[in-house]
Amino acid sequence: MLPGWVSLGLIPVLNLLMAFAVAGVVVALIGENPWRALVVMIDGAFVYPGSLGYTLYYTTNFIFTGLAVSVAFHARLFNIGGEGQAALGGLGAALVCLALDPYLPGLMVIPLAIAGAALFGAAWAFLPGLLQATRGSHVVITTIMFNFIAAGLLVTLLTGPLIRPGQSTPQTRDIAPGATLPKIHEIFRALGVDMASSPLNVSIVFALIACVGVWVLVWRTPFGYRLRTLGESEPAARYAGVKVPSMVIITMCVSGALAGLMAINDVLGAHDKLFLNFTAGYGFTGIAVALMGRSHPIGIVLASLLFGALYQGGAELSFEFRSIDRDMVLVIQGLIILFSGALAYMLEAPLTRLFARQRRPAHG
Amino acid sequence: MAEIWLDAMQILSSTLRLATPLILCAMAGMFSERAGVVDIGLEGKLLMGAFAAGAVAFYTGSPWLGLFAAILAGVAMGLLHGFATITHRGDQIVSGVAINILASGFTIVIGIALFAQGGQTPALTRDERFLPIHLPFADTIGQVPFLGPFYETLLSGHNILVYAALLSVPLAAFVLFATSFGLRLRAAGEAPEAVDSAGYSVTFLRYRAVIIAGVLCGIAGAYLSIAHGGGFVREMSAGKGYIALAALIFGKWRPVPTLLACLLFGALESSASRLSDVDLPLIGEIPVDIILIAPYVLTVILLAGFFGRAIPPRALGIPYVKDR
Repeated sequence: MLPGWVSLGLIPVLNLLMAFAVAGVVVALIGENPWRALVVMIDGAFVYPGSLGYTLYYTTNFIFTGLAVSVAFHARLFNIGGEGQAALGGLGAALVCLALDPYLPGLMVIPLAIAGAALFGAAWAFLPGLLQATRGSHVVITTIMFNFIAAGLLVTLLTGPLIRPGQSTPQTRDIAPGATLPKIHEIFRALGVDMASSPLNVSIVFALIACVGVWVLVWRTPFGYRLRTLGESEPAARYAGVKVPSMVIITMCVSGALAGLMAINDVLGAHDKLFLNFTAGYGFTGIAVALMGRSHPIGIVLASLLFGALYQGGAELSFEFRSIDRDMVLVIQGLIILFSGALAYMLEAPLTRLFARQRRPAHG
Repeated sequence: MAEIWLDAMQILSSTLRLATPLILCAMAGMFSERAGVVDIGLEGKLLMGAFAAGAVAFYTGSPWLGLFAAILAGVAMGLLHGFATITHRGDQIVSGVAINILASGFTIVIGIALFAQGGQTPALTRDERFLPIHLPFADTIGQVPFLGPFYETLLSGHNILVYAALLSVPLAAFVLFATSFGLRLRAAGEAPEAVDSAGYSVTFLRYRAVIIAGVLCGIAGAYLSIAHGGGFVREMSAGKGYIALAALIFGKWRPVPTLLACLLFGALESSASRLSDVDLPLIGEIPVDIILIAPYVLTVILLAGFFGRAIPPRALGIPYVKDR
């Protein structure tokens, strides 16, 4: 057994360093200076005016999708459908707003729109969950298929019935100003504090509340206990009287709802409308976030911050370098999933041996 | 009548061209998954293969070297998948996701660094590509009614990789079901402990499976960029790897049904462009996007067991731990 600080602290950091080292080699092969690229990314993510707001805006997306993946992980379910669930969440939020914002005050529309996002996201995860629980089709494959179906559905709706009349861009009309989530810089300016503009909005508060909610749900409720039991061993859970099929369905719904909530950050907060491909791969990034954050809310917040910085700093790369693009971030993301996910056991064995050797003399 | 026949031959011919990368990738997935290694990284291997082929064909001017590079790229990604999942017993799905994201970023980053064209390779000339092969006497036989269009339009006029894809199916069927290697490989996916106790290495068998999968995905990638297309375009795999995976499941991990599933999905894709803006009697206009998502919907319905049951290899996705 490894000490806690090694498995929770040292190994994730080593995995991260390996991912960055390989990414650095790629940058060097391109003929640029990896160190300078790192500095540019850090400046772009934290130092330039307004950059922190952008970083935290991306962070908000990753907290939601990371939590979504992690809740399913705890039950040993792999929800790769965050992308599709988030897209449907956006559809849910947008439909509520478009239908109600001419009639109801904004303060009543917003909660309904948030509920709509969660509900549509949950519904899109419900079917894969149901099919695994009752028909035995694997949730991984069905959620992949559902991502594509969601994408097709959104294209059809946004180029057809939902498109803003009189334009050809696949997006809805703007949501009424009162029915959107306020931006953080607007709040600060109203309080008399000057702050650079950024798409950061109060969704981040909801994201942090969701973190607490997930922590309570997974570690402090009977449901969470059953969830983790199922994740440890399905036969044991069954023997202990856990109704496995309904657990699978509910867990997928919770996971889908969290992914669906990601949409409020873009649809209600940053852009005030639903547009095509707003999910932009954030659902997949959630997998990296959950793996790096070891499926714990605190870890997920830290990993989300890292990925938020990568996305915002990565955008800066394309301005500073002629031959590096922001897609470098995808390389880093893939490497992080590889090292902290697929190769998670690579370091465990040698480190276990190392620590076992150190301890033996102490016991004489 | 002759016109309808010619039309049908043209539709089948375009179906075949669109199904080619699906067939190669699905056969790749069949080797990997029959040996017990889940392969959702088909998409990434396909994309890497396409990029390697496009870049090397441009630099060397030889499509054959491009094909070779694509195969190497596919095998390299396959070995990475093997290293993570066979050697280190990592989660096969996580590893597949990593490969897909890596390929997506890597091809664009290297593409921009090499060619500075926003992630594309420069357009390839005719000498740098695999061109359609005209079978002997295509023009003469083409004049014969019925048989003519069948020969000239459907059988003739494809590039060599289309024929390679068609050949890969009987070849895969032969290797998997008529050789002792295939028997052991399938056993590694059904009952690895039995393979182990018979004295064969599950690890080595599974490594060979992921290498074969890499080769086939590489060929499929080369088809996209230097045979069907005239250069690499970013994200050019566009979900074909996932459709191939769906076809593999749809075909219940068997060669001939998988081939048929690939042809069905290819036909849907080729009809999508033909049916756009066509007013069908009774149904009206079908949105193209609805036709394009049909493969995914059909696969979900199949997986749910509503028409036939798709039973995966028993040890699929389970890392093999040798008991001591």
